[in-house]
Amino acid sequence: MTAALTVGDLSIRFGGLLAVEAMSFEVRDGEVLSLIGPNGAGKTSAFNAITGYVEPAGGRIDYRGTSLIGRTPNQIAELGVVRTFQKTSVFTGLTVFDNVMIGLHLRSRQNPVAILLGLPSVAREERELRDAARETLQFLGLETRADQQASALPYGELRLLEVAVALAAKPKLLLLDEPVSGMNPSETTSFMKMLARIRGLGITVLLVEHDMKMVMGVSDRVICLNQGRIIASGAPAEIQRNPEVIKAYLGERYVRAHG
Amino acid sequence: MRLATCAWLAFLFSVPLWMGDLYVLHVLIITGIFMIAAMSLNLLLGYTGQLSLGHVAFFGIGAYTSSLVSLGFEVHVLPNTVVALAPKPVWLGMLCGILVAGLCGWVIGRVSFKVRGAYFVIVTVSFAEVVRLVALNWVELTQGPMALNNIPYLRLGVPGWFEISFLRKPANYYLVLVVGIVCYVLIRRLVQSRAGRAMIALRENEPLATSVGVDVTRFLVLATVVSAAMAGAAGAIYAHYVRIVDPDVFLFIYTVTMVIMVVTGGKGTLAGPVVGGIVFGLLPEILRAAQIKPEVQWVIYGVLMILVVYFLPQGIVPAVRNWWNGRGSAADPPADARTAAEPAT
Amino acid sequence: MDQLLQHCLNALILGGTYALLGIGLTLIFGIMRVVNFTHGELYAFGAYMMYMWVMVLGANFYLALPLAVLLGVVLGAIIEIVLLRRLRGADIDTTMLVMIGAWIAMQNSEQLVWSGVAKSIDTPFPSSPLVLGPVSVSWNRLFVFVVALALIAGSYAMINRTKLGKAMRATFQDRETAALMGVQINTIHTATFAIGSGLAAAAGALLGPVFVVYPTMGDLASLKAFAIVILGGLGSIPGATIGGFILAFMEELGAGYVSSGYRDAMGFLLIIVILLVKPTGLFAQKERIG
Repeated sequence: MTAALTVGDLSIRFGGLLAVEAMSFEVRDGEVLSLIGPNGAGKTSAFNAITGYVEPAGGRIDYRGTSLIGRTPNQIAELGVVRTFQKTSVFTGLTVFDNVMIGLHLRSRQNPVAILLGLPSVAREERELRDAARETLQFLGLETRADQQASALPYGELRLLEVAVALAAKPKLLLLDEPVSGMNPSETTSFMKMLARIRGLGITVLLVEHDMKMVMGVSDRVICLNQGRIIASGAPAEIQRNPEVIKAYLGERYVRAHG
Repeated sequence: MRLATCAWLAFLFSVPLWMGDLYVLHVLIITGIFMIAAMSLNLLLGYTGQLSLGHVAFFGIGAYTSSLVSLGFEVHVLPNTVVALAPKPVWLGMLCGILVAGLCGWVIGRVSFKVRGAYFVIVTVSFAEVVRLVALNWVELTQGPMALNNIPYLRLGVPGWFEISFLRKPANYYLVLVVGIVCYVLIRRLVQSRAGRAMIALRENEPLATSVGVDVTRFLVLATVVSAAMAGAAGAIYAHYVRIVDPDVFLFIYTVTMVIMVVTGGKGTLAGPVVGGIVFGLLPEILRAAQIKPEVQWVIYGVLMILVVYFLPQGIVPAVRNWWNGRGSAADPPADARTAAEPAT
Repeated sequence: MDQLLQHCLNALILGGTYALLGIGLTLIFGIMRVVNFTHGELYAFGAYMMYMWVMVLGANFYLALPLAVLLGVVLGAIIEIVLLRRLRGADIDTTMLVMIGAWIAMQNSEQLVWSGVAKSIDTPFPSSPLVLGPVSVSWNRLFVFVVALALIAGSYAMINRTKLGKAMRATFQDRETAALMGVQINTIHTATFAIGSGLAAAAGALLGPVFVVYPTMGDLASLKAFAIVILGGLGSIPGATIGGFILAFMEELGAGYVSSGYRDAMGFLLIIVILLVKPTGLFAQKERIG
């Protein structure tokens, strides 16, 4: 399997703190890879570095052979790498439909002069975009919410909307940051099914998650981080039994108490 | 809706035919000019969310450039080097005014990318002040406080065949009306397109916008260039209408007037600056008729702005729209959002 | 050389009052993040209060000064309580717009009450200047300088040595924690705005007798105060102090050696250049990424 994303020796600094230290891993084409680890382990920092929101202190980040370091987030999105955010992030003042329309930004190339002149090609592209937005909403089961304000959505659907916006940008590599946090079990199960469908579209997924049921249920591989370093990597079942992983989450004393 | 617009437009076009009072026409023309400037500011302040408080600079630059090109000028940039321009036709001057204002907008747009939020406000205010001081002090070019006089009026047409001269008020009224409608249409096309959505996205949630590919610099610059060019156009029309331009055209108080128009009308809406322009274009006249001193008028404006921010934070147009939509429509039944819970695996 | 010394001396004295303006605004804009367009009006208010007490009511000059400053503090407190309190959580444009409204209302009220004619204020100082070798300085300006230095030192002490200052710093760094620790948030907000306004009023009360008093005198003061705050870094009192002096030097030397017409433009050019090079101001610390 070819590597879609290669991270080599990545280091990220915050003030004096080393949030991520010499992290190396790769995401293979078409797989679902999960990053797990206690809070502050450096997962979101890694996301921020990969997608251009934070400049790494050192290391390499390559996507299909192209270096991502030094590029702005929108340039990285153009290459096909799109992320969601840990804290719920949508365009709260706009309708669900308009949210997705913004996600479709990269799908059209109308230039300002054509827009100002009101050329018919602009109107035609708008219709195509609106169709694409409807399709995306249907894929996520949000089509009935299309005209509602994003701020009026219940929590579970808000998180779906985030994914809808990201999917609209036609990613080849999708980075999901704790997509099911705060969801109840039935919502989580629906999401897992949807993730399978996303994967069916050929999209590679890099996931950060705490919900172990979800991680074990959808991942091909799992990588565990602790304090900015990778402490274990492999198939879900192995990781679950890995003593280093258990120690990182539950602490030294638990391991000694329970063997 | 279309019918209402047509009727409204027909009415507007008919005004000079029956309005005998030239003073009223004058008020309408000035209001229209400010409305165009307010529409342009709305693109920047309302849609893109950029706190630009130097907008009057673009207006004044458009006015001065157009005037200087149509009057001709001669300046010594160095003791022995002279830059001179012979007087050009007014329409060319106006075009130059729009281009130069747009160019300044481009510079400000690029700056705004690096300097955000409250800092950007200060940069824009400073920029406008510097331009004012240059206009005041570079007497050789601008005549300083003695003002540029006898600015020629616009003439359009083919010489020898027919010619429209925009000397009198009715002609200027139509000019402002047509330009105003064109600007409105241009802005509407822009905000209802991909570019407009990008600007709104930047205002609402910039990190999210960039994550789906919106190029921040590109759209900030686009917004400022279009906005500045339009304000420059308003300034150029103003210059050839009143035909005298002095550095007071750069006073901060005019930026404030435009801001008040946009904010009270409704920032981020198409109708907002129009409504705001009408209110704050006609209000001074009503107050003057009631014998109220200009200082009191401004105190009223200040208080009005505060009240609007408190009670109608989105402006008049959205408030009216919400009130209109709220009347008589039944509440939507709550949508059934969830499928039956699946049995746990 | 003598010319240079004189310019430097003038700049030093001017810098003292600029520093007051800057410190006042750095407390409000820098710490409270309010784009305070009324700062210049408090400056004008201080000057007008001096005029009222000394010229209209015939009070003693030395009594009128602290009184004018006190009234500035009170006015600042009123503005914060009436206008800003309910905007506590609002975004920066909203507060800015309210401040613009207040600025217009205040300036035109001043114009209504005292008319646009410039007023001068009598001082108890001898009119012939003090000559110190090659340079000379008027007694009035010397007094201004000394008082300004005292107030600068006082501000620094207040913010760093007193409980109030500590509470202020805590509130604006992390409001929730400060509240949990018993800090009265509303009081601190009002106090910060009031003190900042008081400093502006002090600058106006000091400079009013030196120059003349007119309704729009606050406009340039406002803009220069912003320049100083950006120069020195938001929230930094030492930064604002140094910034005030730098601006004064740039103005004096620029006016003396380049062109006096563009004197006021110096500050604005300075802001633009600095922000282009260092978008967070000269002395600002790097913000912690959350």
